[in-house]
Amino acid sequence: MRSITGALIGALILSLGPARAEDKLKVGFVYVGPVADYGYSFQHDESRKALVAALPGKVETTFLENVPEADSERAIEKLARSGMGLIFTTSFGFMEPTLKVARKFPKVRFEHATGYKRAANVSTYSARFYEGRYVCGKIAGKLSKSGTVGYIASFPIPEVVSGINAFMLGAQSVNPNLKLKIVWVNTWFDPGKEAEAAKALLAQGADILTQHTDSAAPLQEAEKQGRLAFGQSSDQYRFAPKAQLTSIVDDWSHYVVAEAKAALDGTWKSQDTWQGIKDGMVVLAPFTNMPDDVKALAEETKAGIVAGRIHPFRGPVTKQDGTVAVKDGEIAPDPMILGMNWYVKGIDDTLPQ
Amino acid sequence: MRLDLRPRSRRSPLLAALSPVLAFAGAVFIGGIAVALLGVSPAAAFLTYFVTPLSEVWSLQEVALKAAPLALIATGLAFCYRANLWNIGAEGQFVVGGLAGGWVGVATHGSEGFTLWILPLMLLVGTLAGVAYAMIPALLKVRLGVSEILTSLMLVYVAELLLDYMARGPLRDPAGYNFPQSVAFDGAARLPYLAEGETLHAGVLIAFGAVALATLVLTRTLFGFAVRVVGASPRAARFAGFSDARMTFAAFAISGGAAGLAGIAEVAGRIGQLQPTISPGYGFTAIIVAFLGRLSPPGILVAALVIALTTIGGEAAQIDLKLPLDLTRAFQGLLLGLVLGADVLARFHVRLVPGGPASPRA
Amino acid sequence: MSLDIVQMVLVTVVSAATPLIIAAMGELVAERAGVLNLGVEGMMVLGAAVGFAVAVETGSTLLGAVGGAGAGLALSALFGLLTVGLAANQVASGLALTIMGLGLSGLAGASYVGLKREPAPHLHIPVLSDLPGVGRLLFGADAFVYVALALVAGVSWFLWRTRAGLTLRAIGDDHTATHALGLPVRKVRFLAVLFGGACAGLAGAYLSLAYTPFWAPAMTAGRGWIALALVVFASWRPLRVAAGALLFGGTTVLQLHAQAAGLGLPGQALSALPYIATILALVLLSLGRRQGGSLAPAALGRDFTPHR
Repeated sequence: MRSITGALIGALILSLGPARAEDKLKVGFVYVGPVADYGYSFQHDESRKALVAALPGKVETTFLENVPEADSERAIEKLARSGMGLIFTTSFGFMEPTLKVARKFPKVRFEHATGYKRAANVSTYSARFYEGRYVCGKIAGKLSKSGTVGYIASFPIPEVVSGINAFMLGAQSVNPNLKLKIVWVNTWFDPGKEAEAAKALLAQGADILTQHTDSAAPLQEAEKQGRLAFGQSSDQYRFAPKAQLTSIVDDWSHYVVAEAKAALDGTWKSQDTWQGIKDGMVVLAPFTNMPDDVKALAEETKAGIVAGRIHPFRGPVTKQDGTVAVKDGEIAPDPMILGMNWYVKGIDDTLPQ
Repeated sequence: MRLDLRPRSRRSPLLAALSPVLAFAGAVFIGGIAVALLGVSPAAAFLTYFVTPLSEVWSLQEVALKAAPLALIATGLAFCYRANLWNIGAEGQFVVGGLAGGWVGVATHGSEGFTLWILPLMLLVGTLAGVAYAMIPALLKVRLGVSEILTSLMLVYVAELLLDYMARGPLRDPAGYNFPQSVAFDGAARLPYLAEGETLHAGVLIAFGAVALATLVLTRTLFGFAVRVVGASPRAARFAGFSDARMTFAAFAISGGAAGLAGIAEVAGRIGQLQPTISPGYGFTAIIVAFLGRLSPPGILVAALVIALTTIGGEAAQIDLKLPLDLTRAFQGLLLGLVLGADVLARFHVRLVPGGPASPRA
Repeated sequence: MSLDIVQMVLVTVVSAATPLIIAAMGELVAERAGVLNLGVEGMMVLGAAVGFAVAVETGSTLLGAVGGAGAGLALSALFGLLTVGLAANQVASGLALTIMGLGLSGLAGASYVGLKREPAPHLHIPVLSDLPGVGRLLFGADAFVYVALALVAGVSWFLWRTRAGLTLRAIGDDHTATHALGLPVRKVRFLAVLFGGACAGLAGAYLSLAYTPFWAPAMTAGRGWIALALVVFASWRPLRVAAGALLFGGTTVLQLHAQAAGLGLPGQALSALPYIATILALVLLSLGRRQGGSLAPAALGRDFTPHR
């Protein structure tokens, strides 16, 4: 009896299962948030859509959203077992689970975003967000009338800290006296709390806001009060057409498409990719709500970064305590930026440890 | 029209067995309509949710892995709920157990020589931490008469924030670029896999062993008898030698210990390090599991397996049928509501009677 | 600090407290009737999604608010049916409601992600709203804030000044005795649950229509649970709920202001403060009246069936 039911079930599954297409590359994505967050996970899903559009008929994609870190190993393994040839795990917290599943599935290629541990079949990729923040810093330095900029920060990890430093260095290059007020909200996403932080910063004299959290709430708050702000993760212009100066957009699509192509033609290999404005992984949304000379400065800075003429962490860079971090003329090495846990001089805040 | 409920003299065993099946059928029916509205074949969805996960060795292991902590926590909670004590803070006790036990794993990282003691110590510390954390609401209730429902719930958030702080701060991996997680535990601090290359680890055995032990305690010991009667008649429990205070401490200790053990088993098993969150809501889901299982360990085991199945089926549905996760959540909520509601059939004679409110029989 | 900054801070505190007050006021009435509904977060998040959707479709903030309240009400009707009608366990049903609300809100809000609306209009009375220092605080808020205040006054009046309110409280304290007196226990409880649901839905709609005027999944971010804590913290008294909400909202807001002013504190400790404060409040309250027993409605959380 049992074998008959088993066979029946098996037949049903086979008949209902997707058509066998061995030549197609199946690509899976694991997101930490909902695809509807209109921020971090949304942007990763945009890259999935771009992949479908770029390689029609050659790839088949699928995703799992809202995957808690503690549950991610199962989700990743489920994708690996579903015949995926390439799997993107898009949150830092998925690092160990990705490596664990990768050991079990040596033929499947894995791509882990923002991590630092690799294996023969695990690549890592991340974006040089700090480049975008440097440009934003220059704009803010030029535009701030009160001389105070508000910064809404999530957690004191290097990605966020290096962003704050790059922003400050950019601002100081045009206005050495600019003050940065930093508020840590201890969340990546809580529109209410982000709005409250925005209100607090605006009330204390900031006339420009920037954020390293995911919702559009701070931008909307700035718009409501007739101030200016920078967007985050995606182009949030539609939320604040009168306030958004530009937005640091994560654009993973070039990378995702390139990796899928490499997997298709057999040239895929494990590597670490850290790209910025030049390669289009960090995109600055159109410069709006600013006079032409500031726009020109922003464009010029962007072009300088692309050409390699400008590096946000080109020496001299001095730490808050006065010690020299990067000597005159030198450029901060990548490991220093990746592990940044100190503020540059001029930031009047204690870094939470 | 009003609903008239007349208690049955004893639970109807037939209806008690039948009502969850009816509820399940009802939820599947409503869910099927929703799935059809989204343009997916209900039959395919049913297979993906409930049949496919049971047809592969791997997904069966995953069902067991997901069900184990739920069954363990819920069994502990059953002691509380049977004794009319409302510990709803198992999530906090789980987190504290994982944190304290995991701390041992972090502190012993890199130990050499004889390391066999590390894992047992972690499990012990995790369990005791769960017990200790559950003692707070128990103590406040016994000494000051403060409602345990509310204190245990509030303590969940305190525990979560404590873990968040520890994983981002003091217990962070010093070589980990400031990222919020501890070192990955050594092999000696991990629960071993039951078979090479598989996902099932020894924590599942511990969990199911604890459920079996709890069944014995509940059915074969004087204490178990006291727990079973105290809900119906506190005096009977006192005659058996268990004062209210003793009962409160004992029930909270058992449920806290079970949750703490589940927490450290998750940390030393699947996760293998400390990170800002270690639970996808096991402690809360376990409350529902406890009631779905009607506060009896065998029932709880079945309920935990069903909940685990829907979660894993929900992931399969996202991959194979592109059904949104939110649909799975709504379906889980619906299923739970219907099962809870259908239980009324076993407990009461239900009639719809015309007319106004029931007249008192006093 | 200038007068304007003080006012600005107070305005922020009031708007942070508003959703907590509205949701907690509904839960207070339900709990006073003896029903513990742990599904506040679920009803609130559904109210946020449906409220925003209705407002976008109709172009009316008012209809959106009504829609949000309606969604909370509908979900609470389900809860009422289970717990009041079918005597199912309240704790488990409430948790099931939260899971369901999160799922349904995602489905309902799916096609409204990334849209924005103008925030709900603020009151503007010439002269009065422009009074320095107090104008914006007293005469420049949005309708939700005034509704929250009206709710506090209305619920206080209802519970302590009307016969129906007395009945409701009596039922929450002893359903067996009140039933014996011929009072409609289940009807009153069901209505109280519905009121709680409507309030939770309205509080959610405030978030998506006024506070941060867009829809995003799980945007309530735990405020439903804080509202639950608040009811207890306030020992089931409306005025204390309002005070507590201002205190809770105030702690968060002041912490952010303190950071902006350069005074840092560990974030997790401050986030844990409302919960620890609630536990301490419970302890102090019970210490204060050791003889009188608990302040909680005596029948809270117990199921009731007539003919028992």
